[in-house]
Amino acid sequence: MADKEKDSKKVSRRKFLVKGGLGTIGVVAIGAYLFRSPIRRQILGVVNSLEAPYLDNIDQPMIWFEVTSDNNILLHSPKMEMGQGTFTGIAQMAAEELSVSMNQIQVVHAASSTGNVDSFATGGSTSISGLWKPLRELSAMLRVMLLKEAALKMNVDVDQISVVDGVISGNGKTLTYSQAAEGVENWEVPDVPVLKDAKDYKYIGQPIARVDLDEKVYGDPIFGMDAEMPDMLYGAVVRPTKIGSIFVSADTKAAEHMPGVVKIVVEDDFVGVVANSMLEAEKAKDAIIVTWDSYDNLNTDAIVKMMTVGNGNSSVIQKNGDSFDDQDEIVTLEFRSPIGAHAQIEPNGVVAFVDGDSATIKISTQVVGLTRKEVAKRLDLDAEKVNVVPTYLGGGFGRRLHTPHAVQAAIMSKAVGKPVKYFFSRKEEFQHDMFRPPTHHVIKGKLNAEGYLEGLEHQFVSGDVATDSALIPNALTNFLGVDVGAIRGGFIQYTAIPNFKAECWHVELPFATSWWRSLGLLANTFAMESFMDEMALKANKNAVDFRLHQIADEPIDIRLKNVIKAAAEKSNYNEEVKDGRAMGFAASIDANTPCAQVAEVSIVDNEIIVHKVIVAMDPGLAVNPDQIRAQCEGCVIMGMSAVLYEQMFVEDGELTPTIYGPYQMALMKNAPKEIDVVLLQGKDTPGAVGEPPLGPIGAAIANAVRRLTGERLTELPLKLSKKA
Amino acid sequence: MEISLTVNGVLKTVDIADENTPLLWVVRDTLDLKGTKFGCGKAACGACTLHVDGEAVRSCSYPVKFAEGKKVTTIEGLGDRENPHPVQQAWIEEIVPQCGYCQPGFMMATAALLNKVPKPTDEDIDKNIINVCRCGTYYRMRKAIHKAAELQAEKVISESKEL
Ligand code: FES
Ligand code: FES
Repeated sequence: MADKEKDSKKVSRRKFLVKGGLGTIGVVAIGAYLFRSPIRRQILGVVNSLEAPYLDNIDQPMIWFEVTSDNNILLHSPKMEMGQGTFTGIAQMAAEELSVSMNQIQVVHAASSTGNVDSFATGGSTSISGLWKPLRELSAMLRVMLLKEAALKMNVDVDQISVVDGVISGNGKTLTYSQAAEGVENWEVPDVPVLKDAKDYKYIGQPIARVDLDEKVYGDPIFGMDAEMPDMLYGAVVRPTKIGSIFVSADTKAAEHMPGVVKIVVEDDFVGVVANSMLEAEKAKDAIIVTWDSYDNLNTDAIVKMMTVGNGNSSVIQKNGDSFDDQDEIVTLEFRSPIGAHAQIEPNGVVAFVDGDSATIKISTQVVGLTRKEVAKRLDLDAEKVNVVPTYLGGGFGRRLHTPHAVQAAIMSKAVGKPVKYFFSRKEEFQHDMFRPPTHHVIKGKLNAEGYLEGLEHQFVSGDVATDSALIPNALTNFLGVDVGAIRGGFIQYTAIPNFKAECWHVELPFATSWWRSLGLLANTFAMESFMDEMALKANKNAVDFRLHQIADEPIDIRLKNVIKAAAEKSNYNEEVKDGRAMGFAASIDANTPCAQVAEVSIVDNEIIVHKVIVAMDPGLAVNPDQIRAQCEGCVIMGMSAVLYEQMFVEDGELTPTIYGPYQMALMKNAPKEIDVVLLQGKDTPGAVGEPPLGPIGAAIANAVRRLTGERLTELPLKLSKKA
Repeated sequence: MEISLTVNGVLKTVDIADENTPLLWVVRDTLDLKGTKFGCGKAACGACTLHVDGEAVRSCSYPVKFAEGKKVTTIEGLGDRENPHPVQQAWIEEIVPQCGYCQPGFMMATAALLNKVPKPTDEDIDKNIINVCRCGTYYRMRKAIHKAAELQAEKVISESKEL
């Protein structure tokens, strides 16, 4: 009882309301779902690589569900679908507690006018784990409400009725959910009902096909780039090509009379063109001459020099036991990772319409709340009057955790009084990305007489990830004393080692760096797990046994050991080179999800070929095992692309290359022909999925190469020295 | 100038100011078929792949004037929910898409490949399917391409039986 009472408080009764809507019978808005846990705990949760719960602070009612007249349920998702399969997972969770079939649930992105706006973001692999409890509770409450109304209408005791696929029966009568909802004005809000027992799950845990499959296979217009509004014009924005450019002046004369040009908009340092077509806008933009002040001489070497451990500020994020004292026996290795681009295929784009004191923004974004706030602020509008209508994302990967182009399109729309569509060219995407920062790692280790580590230290430096991002206030970063994104994967996971320390340095770069899928994890795990492999070789121990021996015995440690064992077993891990192929092993913990991988690699014409990757991961309860597999496959391929090929350079003050190809990425021919995924369930709630499998892949490949060639590759992208 | 072309089986005449306008923008903006995607505009990613007279073409770099009198097929014309193309069917069976943005381009490239090479080997696939997918769906795509080849072969057999 006590528990039930505590739960029911989480949904505020006053905020539960029902309104009529177009074409719908009952629009059920359920009030803010507030977690009581203090913000600091949430943030420290992130710092410690734990999962963040669904974080919401909206005090207005918000619409989660609509019961439609054809007995379907519209679920307004506060989380965006960017490929990670969230819509499918949440449809399964809602269908389960609502007792409807999967095809009766239609998931749509919640527009900000519904109030159901995630005040943080879609990212950090938190959508399913965060919504796990609240969404099932809200769904169960809606079911109870509908059953109660049905009982009244059918004149049957509520205990006597049952529901299957949204059809309620009792005492020989039946009623659909829509019939039950019809005409009801005052809904009684129940306590949170007891949720289904795991053994009774019908949809949760099933490898159900993605709910967005048809739309994506038949080419439906579902992306931000496909959005339109009536009478729409096209915008283009002049952007500098050099890093650190400061606007001096703009000469717009030549552009003004070009064909199709409607208006040139110059506001402070913003220079935009509005025209009748995208191509006309682009051409006119190219005719505008803007003078910038910029750094001309910046190059990659200068960036690498800046990005060196010892520069900037540092913070010890983990420490146990003593520091090294005996310099002689210490092994030190240094690792580096380059600037990485997001390179998502759908460019950033938006359609904005500022109409008097209100605005509509159609956009593929990971941050609906932030976009609304920024547009409202810059255009001096009431945030309530800015309706952000999200679309499917043609890839997110963190690139859309800040979408200031919404503000730019809104400025142009206001200037012409019509909707304006504006999107980046591919060159602009590459030059104005918010890159994955380059990193440098210095790792030291010392073996004891038994050949295990007596001390391990990871010193690393990164540019901004969370720092200076629009999403996390700098005050918070200062308060925590560390960049919460850069440290992902930077901790030492072998905590049975008596003495260890991890220290994160932070350097401010002259160009923007930010969130890139898995944040610090990709580079940190590459460095740490390459080092572990080298120490195992030095100790003359099997790489798997060496790891297992040095992991402690907390619950997360046991889960880590289990994925390591599962990957070793599934791959039949061994350290021989057979038929020119070798295996490499690596493991990591990210956001409380442990993952181990084995890469089977060979070398052909001095090229590293990845034939097969075994993934063992424990994401907790698997809501949709097929989509978890898909995320593992995707992370393996995106990860191998990043560690084998991808690299941005700085030349004469410009970020380059600016096109696919020269920015080399994994293609079909490079992708492993086999990816085997083993899923473990080490806890009974869902955990992070979309990023953790990016951790081990870099080191797994590098460790295989080490066994093939004897060469320890310490720089990403991995390149063999010519003689190999 | 006026340009006539057959799009998904329907003859269309479009009035285009600049005959060098990429076919992509005519398809997307003039004809309002949004399934063909813009990714790079430089023939470097394949998101804009469609068919011109059965050949896979990167439409972002294909001036519309060259399409005069030709047959253009886009993802919307490849198949539909009632009558999916074997490639679409295979894509559904293998649950290929993640974000989905690159997928129409890959499906069009695959359909064109199967027209020429009905039973492609892994090497054929590697050589011909050279679009970019950032979500990394290549692993499932390869399986789907092999499956599509099977489905297409079955379809050919059943159609010839009907005749
Ligand atoms: S948009 Fe045509 S190849 Fe990229
Ligand atoms: S599915 Fe997202 S880019 Fe291919």
